[in-house]
Amino acid sequence: MRFSALRILKESLTGNKNWTPHWRNPSPKSAYDVIIVGGGGHGLSTAYYLAQNHGIRNVAVLEKGHIGSGNIGRNTTIVRANYLLPGNSEFYSHSLKLWEGLETDLNYNVMMSQRGLIMLCHSDGQRDAFVRRSNAMRSRGDDAHMLSVDDLRKLLPYLNYDNARFPIYGGLLQKRAGTARHDAVAWGYARAADERGVDLIQNCEVTGFNINNGRVTGVETSRGKIEANKVAIVVAGRSSQVAQMAGIRLPIESHILQAFVTEGLKPVINNVISFGMGHFYISQSDKGGLVFGGDLDGYASYAQRGNLPLMEHVFEAGMALMPMIGKAKVLRSWGGIMDMSPDGSPIIDKTSIDGLFINCGWCYGGFKAVPASGYAYAHLIATENYFHTASNYRFGRFKSGYNLMDEEGTGSQHNLH
Amino acid sequence: MRITSKGIVNRDQEVTFLFDSKPYKGFAGDTVASALLANDVNLVGRSFKYHRPRGILGIGSEEPNALISVHKRGKIEPNVRATTQEIYEGLIVTSQNSWPSLKFDALAINDIIAPFFSAGFYYKTFMWPPRFWEALYEPIIRHAAGLGKLDSEPDVDNYDQNFAFCDLLIIGGGPSGLFSALLAGRAGLDVILVDENPKFGGRLLFENTIIDGNHCLDWIQSCLGELKSLKNVRLLSRATVFGIYDQGTFGVLERISRHTHDSESDTVLDCFWRIVASRSILASGAIERHIAFGNNDRPGIMMASAVRGYLNHYGVAAGTSISIFGNNDDAFNTAYDLNSAGVEIAAYIDSRSYADIQGDFPIFRGAEVYDTGGRLGLEHICIRDEKGEHKIQTDCLGMSGGWNPSIHLSCHTNAKPEWRNEIAAFTPKGQSVSGLLVVGSANGHFTTSDCFKSVCEAVNELLKSKGRKIKHKSYPIASDLEYNISPLWAVEGNKRAWLDFQNDVTTKDIKQSVDENFRSVEHMKRYTTQGMATDQGKGSNVIAIALLADASGETIENTGTTTFRPPYTPIPIAAIGSSGRNKGFAPERLATTHAASIKLAAPMIEAGLWYRPSFYPKIGEDNWLQSCNREVVNVRQSVGICDVSTLGKIEFHGKDAAKFLDFVYTNSFSSLAVGRVRYGLMLREDGFIMDDGTSARIAENSYLMTTTTAAAGSVMRHLDFIHQAYCPKLHVRFASVTEQWAQFSVSGPKSPDIISSIVDEPFNETDWPFMACGEVKVMGIKTRLFRISFSGELGYELAIPSRFGGSLFDLLKLEAEQRGGGVYGMEAMNVLRLEKGFITHAEIDGRATAYDVGMQKMLSEKKDFIGNKMAQRPGLLDPNRERLVGLKSTGPQSSLSAGSLLFNNDDEPLADNSQGHISSVAFSPIENCYIGLAFVKRGPERSGEKIKAVNFLTNTELNCEICPLPFYDPDGKKIRA
Amino acid sequence: MRIICPNCGERDIREFYYRGSENDLDRPKLEDSLSNWHSFLHLRDNAAGEVRDLWYHEKGCNSWLIVTRNTITHDVIRTELVNSEDEGLA
Repeated sequence: MRFSALRILKESLTGNKNWTPHWRNPSPKSAYDVIIVGGGGHGLSTAYYLAQNHGIRNVAVLEKGHIGSGNIGRNTTIVRANYLLPGNSEFYSHSLKLWEGLETDLNYNVMMSQRGLIMLCHSDGQRDAFVRRSNAMRSRGDDAHMLSVDDLRKLLPYLNYDNARFPIYGGLLQKRAGTARHDAVAWGYARAADERGVDLIQNCEVTGFNINNGRVTGVETSRGKIEANKVAIVVAGRSSQVAQMAGIRLPIESHILQAFVTEGLKPVINNVISFGMGHFYISQSDKGGLVFGGDLDGYASYAQRGNLPLMEHVFEAGMALMPMIGKAKVLRSWGGIMDMSPDGSPIIDKTSIDGLFINCGWCYGGFKAVPASGYAYAHLIATENYFHTASNYRFGRFKSGYNLMDEEGTGSQHNLH
Repeated sequence: MRITSKGIVNRDQEVTFLFDSKPYKGFAGDTVASALLANDVNLVGRSFKYHRPRGILGIGSEEPNALISVHKRGKIEPNVRATTQEIYEGLIVTSQNSWPSLKFDALAINDIIAPFFSAGFYYKTFMWPPRFWEALYEPIIRHAAGLGKLDSEPDVDNYDQNFAFCDLLIIGGGPSGLFSALLAGRAGLDVILVDENPKFGGRLLFENTIIDGNHCLDWIQSCLGELKSLKNVRLLSRATVFGIYDQGTFGVLERISRHTHDSESDTVLDCFWRIVASRSILASGAIERHIAFGNNDRPGIMMASAVRGYLNHYGVAAGTSISIFGNNDDAFNTAYDLNSAGVEIAAYIDSRSYADIQGDFPIFRGAEVYDTGGRLGLEHICIRDEKGEHKIQTDCLGMSGGWNPSIHLSCHTNAKPEWRNEIAAFTPKGQSVSGLLVVGSANGHFTTSDCFKSVCEAVNELLKSKGRKIKHKSYPIASDLEYNISPLWAVEGNKRAWLDFQNDVTTKDIKQSVDENFRSVEHMKRYTTQGMATDQGKGSNVIAIALLADASGETIENTGTTTFRPPYTPIPIAAIGSSGRNKGFAPERLATTHAASIKLAAPMIEAGLWYRPSFYPKIGEDNWLQSCNREVVNVRQSVGICDVSTLGKIEFHGKDAAKFLDFVYTNSFSSLAVGRVRYGLMLREDGFIMDDGTSARIAENSYLMTTTTAAAGSVMRHLDFIHQAYCPKLHVRFASVTEQWAQFSVSGPKSPDIISSIVDEPFNETDWPFMACGEVKVMGIKTRLFRISFSGELGYELAIPSRFGGSLFDLLKLEAEQRGGGVYGMEAMNVLRLEKGFITHAEIDGRATAYDVGMQKMLSEKKDFIGNKMAQRPGLLDPNRERLVGLKSTGPQSSLSAGSLLFNNDDEPLADNSQGHISSVAFSPIENCYIGLAFVKRGPERSGEKIKAVNFLTNTELNCEICPLPFYDPDGKKIRA
Repeated sequence: MRIICPNCGERDIREFYYRGSENDLDRPKLEDSLSNWHSFLHLRDNAAGEVRDLWYHEKGCNSWLIVTRNTITHDVIRTELVNSEDEGLA
C-alpha cells in the first residue's frame, strides 16, 4: 500500500477500516541468503539496503522482541553530521544525505526536521576546537557556521548569557542537522524492507551460531534452526552476549544513557542545542515535549535505567544554560544501553569466522547513523568489501593504533567517550 | 453545586480566585477543580489532538483533562492539574490549548475532520513536496500541538534540597500507609510517611467508611494524633515519591508553598528529597478506570469515585442530575452517598444483570451507556438494556470500570506486574523492588479491612527481618463491601469511544493499530500515542491493553504492560536542578590573588574550575592585544609576575618515591639529583599523552610533582590507581597540595634581581642554575624556589604557603614594577609559551603521542612505564601522522586562526587532502607576526615548506611557512642564562 | 545506587568514580605480546549479570575498590579494596 495524502483521504472516507499491515508476520524459512540478527534501526536499515542496493531479498531479520524495541525507540532523536575526525566525518556526512531523502526512499514520513543544531562553546580553547571542527565539516562538504554571542542572543534569547558559571563564547551551527521521529525510522525501514521481500521475524531469539570449519552456516533460534550463507550481527546493547555465542570477545562495555521528556508545551525551543560544559542537550519534539539528556551514568549496566545523581546533574545543567525551563515538568525518563567502544567510534566489520559480520560500538551516537550504517553494512555483507565511508570502522585499529577516531580525546577507557 | 451538609472544607473561610479572568468563590480546602464544580463550571480545557471540550475527570494527580496554567508573581506555570491545585485568595489560573477562547476554539475543526487524523496519519503523508515538511507542515503541527505555554523568562523561584535516611519509608498515607506507620512507629522503627495530598487519609478522605465503629475521618484523626506523638515518625505531606532508585534510594518532591499566596520572594516552592531507606512499604492505593463508550469524553462525564469524593470531601455535587455507569460493587457507594445527600440520581446503569444494588432511583441492570450528547457539556446519555434503548437527561455521569492498583513505583526497577483475573487488574509480582513490600489496594486488596490485614502481615514480616519480636495480630475492621467486578472495557457501538482523553486515542485507533500489525503493546502505544500524555495512561492503559489483547487474539497477561518509568507524576526541572542556575552550576576555585586581580581590572576567565586573569589592562590601552603585547615585552625585556598556583601539585614521600615516578613518567626521575627539577611526560596506558609538568626532587625520598591545571584531578586518580593496583608494595605516599601552596612565576632577565631582593638570606644566582630547586625564606616564611620557566626567559617560580600568597603577589608586583616590569595574565603566558614552542592542552588534546610532539626520546627504553607498550603500536609511530611544527604566516600582517586546516598549496581544500591543522596561534611581538603551533603530516621533515591555512568560516586562505620549534631562543641561551 | 566502602561505610554513588572492569588489574608485562596488551586494554567480557569492576572513592578515602555488582539488577554484592595487602606505613 502506497502512503499519501490521497490514501489517507480515501481510507478516512471508508472509516479507516481498510488499512493493511505495515509488514507481514512470516514464519521463518529453513534457509536464507542472509540472516540479520537484530531488528533494531541498524538491522532494519541493513535489510532494506541489502534488498534495495544489492538485490539480496532472501533475507531474514531475527528479532528477540518486537521490531524497533531497542535503542531506536529510546533515544533523543538527533541527526547531525558534525564530526571532526577522518573516518567519522565522511560516514556521518553520508548518513545525513541519506536522511534528507529518507521519506522519498521509504514512502514513510520519518519527520526529519532540519531545524539546526547549535553546539555552544565556553572558552577560547573550545572555540578554537569548534573552528577546527567547522573547517573539517566544511572541507567534507557539510554545512557549518560559527555564531557569535550576538548571533546567539538573537536566535536563542532565553540562554543565560550574563551570569553563567561558564559563559557562552559562541556556537557552532549546523543548519542541516535536526531531529527525526525515532520509531518512524524503524517502522519505515521495516515496512520498506518487508515490501522488498525481507522476512521480519519477531519474537525469535538467536540462541547460538552454527559454525563449520570456520564458516558460519546458520543460527539456532527460539523458533528452531535456520540456515544461512551469511549472518550479520547488529544488536546494540547485547553485542557482547551475542558475539560471545560465536566465541568472540568484543572491545565493548555496556553503559546506560538516561534521557528525559517533559509534558507537552507550545513551541519554545526551535533548534537542537548542546551545552558542552554541562553535558546537556535539548530539543522540542513536534508534540511539544522538551527532550533532553546528558552524560552516561558512568557504570556498566544492562538495566535500561539510571540513578538520581546523573539526573540531578542533567537538570542542573539545563537550569544553568536556560533557566526558563524551570517550570517545565518532566514526564518520563528512560535509559538505553550503549555499546561503548575504546575510541568512541563504531565497528562495522567481518569477524574471524567466515560469513559472520558484526556491527556494534555506536556508543550514544547510533540513531543518526542508522541510514549510513545499514548502507555500509549491507555493502560489506553483499560484497565482502568495505564501503568507503565506513572503511575505518574496523577492529584492527585498536591493536594497530592506526585510524583511531577518539573524538573526545579521552583514550581507551570505554565510559569516557 | 455546593451541598450544605457535606464536606470538610472550611466554610468559614471564603476564598476568591480567577479562572480565565473571571472571579469565582470557593472555600479554604478546595482545589481549583472542586471550587469550579461548586460553581457549576466543568468546561476547563481542550484535548490535544481534536481540541474536544474537556472537563474535570478525576479527583487526584492522575487527572488527564483538567490542566490549567497557574500565574504567580508574574510567572506562568503550565499544565497544573486543577484537581491538585489548592485554591488561595488571589489565585490566578487560566485554561490552555484553546484559541481564541475555551468555548470557541478554532482548532475544534480538527474534530470535524478527525477521520483524516487516524492513528499514525502523519507517517503516511506530508511527504510531498519534500521541502514543505519544515516549511509548512511541521510548524502547523507544532503550533497545534503542545499544551500550556512555558514562560520565556528565567525561573527565579527558590527551591530546596534535602537528604534523609530512615529504617522504613512508607509511600502513601491512606488507610494502609497510616496503619503501617502506626505499627512500625509503635515498634520503634525510624519511619518516614509520605503522601502526595495535603491531608493524610488517602481514599478515606472521600468516603463514609466506618472503621471499628467510628467514621473513617475520626479514625484518621486518632491515627495522626498518635503518629505525631511518636518522635521516630516523620510525616511528609504534599510530597510525591516520584521514583525508586537503587539500594533503597527514593526521589521525593515536596511541594512547600504552591498552595499559598506568598508574596515573599524568598519562599521556597518545592523541596527535592533523596530518601535512603533500608526498607520500604508501598501503600499507593488504586486509581479508578473508566469505560470506553461512544462520546464518553464530554465535560460532565467523570470517574464515579471522583463524583463521590467531591461530594464527601468538598461538599460538591458534580451535577444536578447525576447518573452512574459501573461494572463493580464499588460504584454502588457513589449512588448511596449521593442519594443520602439528597442529590438527584438520573440513572444507575450496571453492566451486570446480577448487580445487587438497591435504592429509590432508576436502576438499569445488564445495561450499558453507548452514547452521550451535549455540546460543551453532558446533556444526555443513551443506554441500552434488554428492553431496548433509552435516552436519559443527565448533566453528570460517573463511570466506574474498576480499580487499577497504583503499581507504578513497584515497576521502576524493571519488575513486570502480573495480571489477576479475579480483580481484573495488574498487581506487583513477587519481590518487585528489593526491600519493598506492597500493601493495601496497591496490592489488589480492595476492602479497607483487607488493606489493614495486608499491612499487619507486611509489618510483621518486616519487623521479623529486623530482628524485632513484636507481632501484630489485630487490625481494625471496616464497613465497606466486598469488591465484585465483571470486566467491561468497551461498549459496542460505532461512535468514537475514548481511551486516552488527553491524546484523543479511541478504541478505533487500537483496532487500526492491530490492523496495521502494531500488535505488541509497545508498538500500539507508540503508534497510537495511547498513554503518552501527561497522566501516562494511569486511567486508560489497562483498558487499552485489554482491547489490544482482544483485537489481537491474545490474553491480557501475554500482552503485558508498557514500561513504567519515573517520575510517577511530572516533576518541574527547577525542583531538581535549580542549584545549577548562574554560578551554582560548578564550584568556583579562586587563587589567593583573585581579589588583587579583580582590583587591577583583569578580566577573569574560567580555567577548569579555577578563575585566572586574562590580562591586566593599563590606562590608555584600548584592547586586550595592547595589554598582552606590553606584558609579553615586559617579560622578554625586564620581568613579569604571574600566578601559576592553579597548576596541580602533588607531594610524594617514601623510600620508593623515585621508583614510583619512574613508573608513571616516561622518563627517569630516580636519576634526578636532590635539588633539581625535571620536565616529565606522562602517558595514558593506551600510549597517548595524558599530561606533562615538572617534578622536583626536594629531598632524597621526596618529590613535588606539578600537573596542568585541567588534569590535576584525573592525574591524582591515575596515580592512586597505579599505586594501589600495580605497585601497592612500594613505600610511597602522596597527597595533593594544590591548595596548600600559592606559586608565582618570576620571569625575565631581571628576575634574579627580584629574587635577590626578597629572599632573607644572600642570594647567589650561580647557586641556582637552570632547573635547580630548594628552600629559601621570604620575610621569615619558608618558601620553595624553582629555577624553571614556561616563558623561555631566565625565570623562577616561588611557592609559598597559601595564606601568604596574596602578600607575596603584592610584593612581587611592586618589585617588578620598580624594574620596569609588571604582572601578566594568561594571554601573555600563551604568547610566551608559543614563542618557545611549549605545548598545552591545545596540543596534548588526548590524541597526541610523544612522537607527535617531538618527545619520542623521552620514552625511556630502559624501563617499563605506564603507556610504554601501547605507545609502540605502529599506528602511533607512523611518520605520516600529523606532528607538531611551528607555523608563521608569510603574508603581510595577516592573522592566523586556530582551527584552520592546512593544505598543500596545489591541492583543493577538500577533507581528503588535509595536511593537518593549526592548534594554537598568537601574535608574537618579538617576531612581529602571527605564529602558530600546528600538526602537519610528516611535519618535522617539512621545515621551510610553504603551506596554506584555510579557514572556511572566514573564507580565507593564508600562505604560511612551516618552521622548526622553538621560534624564540632556539639554543636556550636565555632560559639557561 | 549505594556502595559500601570498606573504609567509609555505605555511601552514595555520587562519591565514587567508575573506571571499568577489574580486567584493568591484570596488567601484562612489557615483554608480553601486543595481542595480550590489546586484550587487556580493549577487550571486555562485559557480562550481563555479576561483574567485578573498579571504583574509586574519590570524594572519600581515595581508595580504589573492586565492587561485585549485578549489571542487570544493579545489586551491589561485595566491596573489597584493590590494595588489600597494603597495611599502611608503620
